[in-house]
Amino acid sequence: MAKRAAPEVNAGSMADIAFLLLIFFLVTTTIEKDKGLLRSLPPIDDSEVEPPIIKQKNLFTVLINRNNQLLVEEDQMELKNLRQAAIEFLDNGGGTNAEGQSCDYCKGKRDPSSSDHPDKAIISMKHDRETSYEQYMDVQNELVAAYNHLREREANRLFKRYYPDADNVYKAMLEEKEKNQFSKDTVLNGRIDQIKKMYPMKLSEAEPDKN
Amino acid sequence: MSKFKKGKQGDLPAISTASLPDIVFMLLFFFMVATVMRDSTLMIDNILPSADQVEKLKKDRTAFIYAGKPSAQYKQFGEEPRIQFNDAFISVEEVKPSVLAAQAELIEELQPKFVVGLKIDKDTHAGLVSDIKQELRKANTLKVMYIANARAE
Repeated sequence: MAKRAAPEVNAGSMADIAFLLLIFFLVTTTIEKDKGLLRSLPPIDDSEVEPPIIKQKNLFTVLINRNNQLLVEEDQMELKNLRQAAIEFLDNGGGTNAEGQSCDYCKGKRDPSSSDHPDKAIISMKHDRETSYEQYMDVQNELVAAYNHLREREANRLFKRYYPDADNVYKAMLEEKEKNQFSKDTVLNGRIDQIKKMYPMKLSEAEPDKN
Repeated sequence: MSKFKKGKQGDLPAISTASLPDIVFMLLFFFMVATVMRDSTLMIDNILPSADQVEKLKKDRTAFIYAGKPSAQYKQFGEEPRIQFNDAFISVEEVKPSVLAAQAELIEELQPKFVVGLKIDKDTHAGLVSDIKQELRKANTLKVMYIANARAE
């Protein structure tokens, strides 16, 4: 018997098979990027130091009850009005901060019965154990939005000339910082810190009552 | 009389597709490597709330805690919202050791920047969330991120 050469395998369909697999993985791949609200919890304080007394006018209290209703500064409020109320409170600038400077960049009403200075203004939030997480997140979101709105306004006023094309200057600055995370840009970081210092985020959360 | 006789004109040689499988395989391997199958199977319902003031999360320094009602297959665990960490349900008291163990697994320079991602179902009551937060305070892992779906402003 004559020895025959093995016939060559036709590799023409290889591309089809590979494409099939490729499309499967293309469809199943989700390069997901989680997003969320970043917050810092207060450390546990065991010391017996008397907490400093905070004037009632520098405190903006937000209560959420078990039926997800909001009580803001003793009045019932709809969620959609919360952001504006928080902005007005933070931006009031009715007095001076601890160093005795008045808030020269605040554009609020300068109402002496509301907050003295963004430095001193504290938002205090308390919820019931039965409050839904969704409502809790919505309130957090609105309060963070109030800070972001004010920071955005100041960034726009001070640094617009460096970012003439950006709609949201503060956001553009944060994005640039994110991009250059391996090469520290001290000028940019200084600017971001300056904005953050103008409206420091002082958002405190009380523990819900155990009942 | 030219030596360089042109052959039949207009007859283009067929493009060789021999390298096509190679190209496709290259893409295939990329996507195979980039695909992450879900790392922990969720035993709970997990519909996240939405928010518009969101920041991006850096995955390399994060551990996730899930919470919500046990999903349909896990009905035997009851209706009350439960906490899930990696692949198992844990109690509130176990949050602290679990989180500290996760922190210890990170590379050293990221450990101080450790963030806990809270993926909590929107129908959970906020009391459970504050229990978790209290445990995180005890563990001294103070950076938390409430994971949410981004929504347009």
